[in-house]
Amino acid sequence: MKRRLVVIGNGMAGMRTVEELLSAAPTQYDITVFGDEPYGNYNRIMLSSVLCGEKSLEDIVINSRQWYIDHGITLHAGTDKVVVRIDRKHKKVYAQDGTVAGYDRLLIATGSKAVIAQIPGNDLDGVISFRDIFDVNKMLSYSRSHKRAVVLGGGLLGLEAANGLVLRGMDVTVIHNNEVLLNRQMDKPAGTLLQTQLEQRGLKFKMAAKLKCLEGDAQGHITTACFEDGSQLACDLFIMAIGVRPNMALAQDSGLYCERGIVVNDTLQSYDPSIYAVGECIQHRGDTFGLVAPLFEQAKVCANHLSAHGVAEYITLPTATKLKVTGIQLFSVGNFLGDEQSESLHFTDPALGIYKKLVIKANKLIGVVLYGETADGSWYQELLEKQENIAAIRDTLIFGKAYV
Amino acid sequence: MRAMNNLPVIKTTCPYCGVGCGISATVDEKNRLVSISGDVTHPANFGRLCSKGSALGETIELKGRLLHPQIYGHEVAWTEALDKVADIFSKTIAEYGPDAVAIYGSGQLLTEDYYVANKLMKGFIGSGNMDTNSRLCMSSSVAGHKRAFGSDTVPGCYEDFEQAEMIILIGSNAAWCHPVSFQRIQAAKEANPVLKIVVIDPRRTASCDIADLHLAIASGTDAYLFNGLLDFLSQQQALNQAYIDAHTEGFTKALQVAASNRLEQVAEKCAVSVEDLRCFYQWFTDYEKVMSLYSQGINQSSSGTDKVNAIINCHLATGRIGKVGMGPFSLTGQPNAMGGREVGGLSHQLAAHMDFSKAEDIDKVARFWGAQSIAQKPGLATVDLFNAIAEGKVKAVWIMGTNPVVSLPNADKVKRALQHCDFVVVSDCIANTDTTELAHVLLPAQGWSEKDGTVTNSERRISRQRALLSPAGSAKPDWWIISQVAKRMGFASAFDYQSSRDIFREHAELSGFENNEHHGLRDFDISALAAMSEQDYEQMQPIQWPVNQTYPQGRARFFEQGQFYTASGKAQFIAVEPRLPVNAPDEHYPLILNTGRVRDQWHTMTRTGIAPKLNQHKPEPFVEVHPIDATTYALLQNTLAKIESRWGSMLARVQITDSQQLGNLFVPMHWTQQLASQGRMGPLINPVVDPISKQPESKHTPVSIEAYHPAWQGFILSRQELALADTEYRVTIKGAHFYRYELAGDSARDDWRNIISKQLVDSVQWQEYQDTSKGSYRAARLIDNQLEAVIFIATDNNLPERSWLSSLFAQPVLSLNERKALLSGRPAQGIADVGAIVCACFNVGEKTLQAAIKEKALKTHQQVGACLKAGTNCGSCVPEIKALLAKA
Repeated sequence: MKRRLVVIGNGMAGMRTVEELLSAAPTQYDITVFGDEPYGNYNRIMLSSVLCGEKSLEDIVINSRQWYIDHGITLHAGTDKVVVRIDRKHKKVYAQDGTVAGYDRLLIATGSKAVIAQIPGNDLDGVISFRDIFDVNKMLSYSRSHKRAVVLGGGLLGLEAANGLVLRGMDVTVIHNNEVLLNRQMDKPAGTLLQTQLEQRGLKFKMAAKLKCLEGDAQGHITTACFEDGSQLACDLFIMAIGVRPNMALAQDSGLYCERGIVVNDTLQSYDPSIYAVGECIQHRGDTFGLVAPLFEQAKVCANHLSAHGVAEYITLPTATKLKVTGIQLFSVGNFLGDEQSESLHFTDPALGIYKKLVIKANKLIGVVLYGETADGSWYQELLEKQENIAAIRDTLIFGKAYV
Repeated sequence: MRAMNNLPVIKTTCPYCGVGCGISATVDEKNRLVSISGDVTHPANFGRLCSKGSALGETIELKGRLLHPQIYGHEVAWTEALDKVADIFSKTIAEYGPDAVAIYGSGQLLTEDYYVANKLMKGFIGSGNMDTNSRLCMSSSVAGHKRAFGSDTVPGCYEDFEQAEMIILIGSNAAWCHPVSFQRIQAAKEANPVLKIVVIDPRRTASCDIADLHLAIASGTDAYLFNGLLDFLSQQQALNQAYIDAHTEGFTKALQVAASNRLEQVAEKCAVSVEDLRCFYQWFTDYEKVMSLYSQGINQSSSGTDKVNAIINCHLATGRIGKVGMGPFSLTGQPNAMGGREVGGLSHQLAAHMDFSKAEDIDKVARFWGAQSIAQKPGLATVDLFNAIAEGKVKAVWIMGTNPVVSLPNADKVKRALQHCDFVVVSDCIANTDTTELAHVLLPAQGWSEKDGTVTNSERRISRQRALLSPAGSAKPDWWIISQVAKRMGFASAFDYQSSRDIFREHAELSGFENNEHHGLRDFDISALAAMSEQDYEQMQPIQWPVNQTYPQGRARFFEQGQFYTASGKAQFIAVEPRLPVNAPDEHYPLILNTGRVRDQWHTMTRTGIAPKLNQHKPEPFVEVHPIDATTYALLQNTLAKIESRWGSMLARVQITDSQQLGNLFVPMHWTQQLASQGRMGPLINPVVDPISKQPESKHTPVSIEAYHPAWQGFILSRQELALADTEYRVTIKGAHFYRYELAGDSARDDWRNIISKQLVDSVQWQEYQDTSKGSYRAARLIDNQLEAVIFIATDNNLPERSWLSSLFAQPVLSLNERKALLSGRPAQGIADVGAIVCACFNVGEKTLQAAIKEKALKTHQQVGACLKAGTNCGSCVPEIKALLAKA
């Protein structure tokens, strides 16, 4: 009899693990998947493209429902299929609607939840986050009937949301608590170039802003964002995009060891040997995750162990950042701010909107920021990951692979 | 004559080397454009031109020209300037005597200019102090000719190249210095593969390309070599005893001295193999028609005159002189060195091949000129002249068309001498030279393309140099300037010339004056030209002197009958005791510095440096070093080195090559302080001269070399000319649409962008690259995607080749890819990088050539020419193309 694998979470990390498993050991498991969205599996990263109208929802589907059928996977998808309990003793999971599935191996891939700013008014109507198709649809519907939007958070997600809403005709202001946009991915010169370019596209910014509270009308709908300095911004839609945190409530409730996320080892195994976890819900060697590249790597390693090959180990590599706003090219990876021992190379062509910075330490590339020209990003990332000695190519390194 | 486009075509003569090539110039006066091609009818070149001559059209711009007279830096009217010169010269003479003034002329002067200058100084001021830069170039040949023949006569002609069975190039890199003659020899060899070519030169030069034998003799040992040859000829019984007996004197003594070293000893002295030496001697013995072509490697020596005579001795001993296809032949360096000699431009000469040695000649000239106070004795030769200026004995000097602050030995002393001289007058066509900087009065002379007169080339051929364009600013002919000063000094009747023809006629008349059996015969006689009409002069065809009643159509060769101009009518053997150069290398200065020309530059670059095409071949002062010396002195290819002698120092870029002998260095003679802050070779050169010819020993100075490690180095390419504060090393190179500055310095600076910005209009875009910890800074300045400037500064020598960046200045706009690639210094893969320019005429780069040779399996330079055009115009780069073919 085949062993049973249950997957909680129909997102990118979980389903990539399933795909990897199917290709490594197609017949090893009977697979059951629980997802709390009523769809097959889609590419969450592309939601920005859907929001700004460059892609339709169909375009971003990875695996349709038919795919699950074709591969003999039982899919429980829908808001009522959300898993509410794991009975580790009897190796069973329970969905909200009472659906039960027993497992030999359980994979938790519950992803993350948007961080909600802890300020008065955060529960008003019109205050939403940007996580899934539901949120996108809501934003699209607002854009058709309302004018003013405020996005809290000048990170990747916030800027993609703001850009999408501008393209949908809204008047959008991004409020950010730092002086530099994307300050976790960019240094100041790049952040400044980015802000200038986005302003040219119609986005407005309120930088280094301290939000105090949100106010609403009599119907409980948001009307105003109020700041510590006394200023105010009128708005009809307020997007929270100040980060995510691992969605680990279910795991915690079932007694799995969690810190900031579900703690896993290098094989993506939790403290319960039958239970694996991947994606944004986990914590590995102190790190939590928010970008897709490490998730896919985790999926590969996890599938390797589920299929009993058992040789792979997961290590977190520096992850590159890209902003999915058409026409804006930025890339960063590694320790792009550098430290006292590091050296840096700079290239600027303000008129072309190009800025590049390479951070070097002991003749190795340790960090990269590219703005305006990112074609060589992956090459730099390769040099960085492989810890290549760049001394011999240093003088032309910043101009890219074609010059070495 | 008119060209297809109906523009006038004017025949003239090239102003560069002594080959004296004819040029057909199509002149667009309105746009001040001249298009140059070789004159197919001129016997010196039959239509061929070298890279320098071909680029003459690029050198006639008005920028940089001296346009108006100046006194102490202020523009003045001609009258005022002429009054000033005449006044100070007259007062100086009145107070201190005629020997307190001097004129220093140039082989660039036309015969007519030269004649008038010489007449003023020697005939009317009454001092012999008229010397010329031919002293640096030809005076050993002059002295050698005079000793052997009794006259300064070049016996043969260019036609002999085609008739010879063996041609020896001695101390001559003709491939670069006399390219058209070299090509003629090359063609002769191709037509007649039996023709033997021997090159005698310490360096393996481009001329060795066609050599059957290269004797890389130790520097300065030429006299041993030719003495050895005389002895060998005697041993082999290959002497022409009948000729020796009938037409010469002094043979026994000469042979006796020559025989003191036998072949093996000679080989040792000259540091060549016995086999090679025997081969050369045997060939000389076996071939009757032998030509010995020699140039500065022989002349620029403390025993240059002896070396010339050691060569002539061998020709006299075999009777190989004055006949078709044979004879000694001096390749003159300058366009009119011969003309200068004809008028008596050297300080020991008087006029028309007469000198101060015979009282009757002085009397003859005095009567002809009507000169009461004619000089009675030789004046000071160049090096002594500038010493006398330094010592305050000569108080007023007039320098015409030459740049002694660059070209003389111990040039820093020359500079100090002029700085302290009471009165320095400079006539030149260029405003800013190292010498004009020191002038109290500047007189704007007409340059080539404006002036009108005659020049004489190496084979005694007089050709017309004609005006093509109207003069720049208020520039005047040199003869006019000198005559005006002469008139103001009270010599009006003797200097009442209306045109260069008036002067030429007088010069021709003097050449025939009392020139006969009765009064004494002189070789130089062009009396048949003395009656020329204005029209005759205008239409004058190139002709070889003498031109007199006996030879109305000129004469190809002298001495056919074995008659010479000595008192006895016989040629003189000179017993030559070989002497090594005066200053030998020692522990402090262990290396020998040799100097010379490069292919595409002329003298101190005041003209060739204007032509972008000519600045591509060798853009910077360089020093050639043998690979082992490079290792010994820790020198790396293309890095900078400091070369130092007891007299001065310079900086140059290291070129490691085994064409250089171990222990020998070579630097080009051309760079000035204007162009290269520390690139002048003159300051290093030992102020040692030949006791007879007074020619300096410019080919041999003991020096030391060490790597120069600047704190930073780099370059700037800028569309506009920049005034850069002097750094320790700065070379300025004019390119097509840009100026290139090669820089290095001892103290770090980070304000490059400001330095350039300050000088240029703003509202521009900058691109920048910084590697702060490595000390790299690069920037590009653009206006509307057109490149305005690029800067590359680094702490190491790891800088990109300049060729690709340079080429971008020709483009109205840069493509996005080019713009992004700028500060990498090279195109991205897939975009052509032509490499260093080899063919200056067609701008073909080394990498293009290498690629074509490889891809199309080209085997010969003709195939390369058919494919890329490289080498098919001036042909100067053919040796380099061949070298690339050989390497492929």
